[in-house]
Amino acid sequence: MAKILGAIGTSHVPAIGVAVDRGIEDTPYWKDLFAAYVPVREWINENKPDIAVLFYNDHGLEMFLDKKPTFSIGCADEYCNADEGWGIKPIPPLTGETDLSWHIVNHLIENDFDPTVCQDIKVDHGATVPMSVLYPGHTYKGTKVIPIAINCERHPMPKPSRSYAFGKAIGDAIRSWDSDQTVVVLGTGGLSHQLDGERAGYLNTEFDQMCMDKLVTDPESLTHYTNDELTEIAGAQGVELAMWLAMRGACSGPVDELVNVLIAPISNTAAGVQLLVPKD
Amino acid sequence: MIEPIIEGTYKFDGVAAKLGYNLNKMCFSFNEESCREEFRQDEAAYCDKFKLNPAQKEAILKRDIIALLRNGGSIYYLAKFAGTLGLNVQDVGGIMTGQTTEEFQAYLDSQGVGKTNG
Ligand SMILES: [Fe+2]
Repeated sequence: MAKILGAIGTSHVPAIGVAVDRGIEDTPYWKDLFAAYVPVREWINENKPDIAVLFYNDHGLEMFLDKKPTFSIGCADEYCNADEGWGIKPIPPLTGETDLSWHIVNHLIENDFDPTVCQDIKVDHGATVPMSVLYPGHTYKGTKVIPIAINCERHPMPKPSRSYAFGKAIGDAIRSWDSDQTVVVLGTGGLSHQLDGERAGYLNTEFDQMCMDKLVTDPESLTHYTNDELTEIAGAQGVELAMWLAMRGACSGPVDELVNVLIAPISNTAAGVQLLVPKD
Repeated sequence: MIEPIIEGTYKFDGVAAKLGYNLNKMCFSFNEESCREEFRQDEAAYCDKFKLNPAQKEAILKRDIIALLRNGGSIYYLAKFAGTLGLNVQDVGGIMTGQTTEEFQAYLDSQGVGKTNG
């Protein structure tokens, strides 16, 4: 059966991808953040997971309000990004893993989750920035990717408890897939931030640190928040905690924490970097 | 008009999504460079093409981001409007909070953690 080797939490804020492109990782603004990625990249190099199951949210590249999936699963051979309106660069396409995608879809629907199945989607910075940061120089060619999107834009959106349970069901699906391939689960986005309104710029790093710690020891305690409560405590876009909850749901059970770093501000956000490995 | 649910915070829900649909559809079009260019050529005509209501059109022409939020704008698409104008998220943060970009950046920095320098 397929095996989940670990889980990585990371920001997906576009500025990080720009910093990689420009080679300014060693400048004062960036060096502490990129130092946190060093052991994560080393772990990837040592363990070479075959597949990255990547939780992200689309920020209006592919999923407009006309038809907006609540949960959706990429089932394509390849995923490309595109112009998002403010200058992101095209990157080499991500390679899909359709056998596992369909296995996940079948398992989810048998287990009472009903996602949108996407055989042809563009992916935005939510998916491409994490891949660019974790695989510098776009060295992800040998790694297959399954992008899984959670609506974090228009309310109503999944409750945190639901995103966690969704991740759990996906973890069960991966572990029941008849294959000897290995998987890393990526939870992207967050952490606290608010882009819009007169409260723009609000951060809550104390809450973020608590969330990262609880993700290790007691993730279920984080599932009791409502999205309105997260908006108040962690800012309007703090609801992106959904993807970290899905990640931890997928990589369930006791874990060892190899990396836990929080840096702020990174663009208008607090940026978390976390690496969790299941205890054997 | 969309009222804040907590101070300075507008919830983008069904009511806002209905009110702002045309506005957000226009801003969604800014994913394409040809659309950004068409907007720059004649901003008012481009707003009319997408049937913006008078308050939305005025807010676009005035770059009044708060008014756009109050008229159903979603920040995900408004970010593309900002990109069309050559503004980044710190510039937009400054506009919405009545600060310069530098003041807004200083506010972010005042909440900083984990940086040894800078
Ligand atoms: Fe995001």
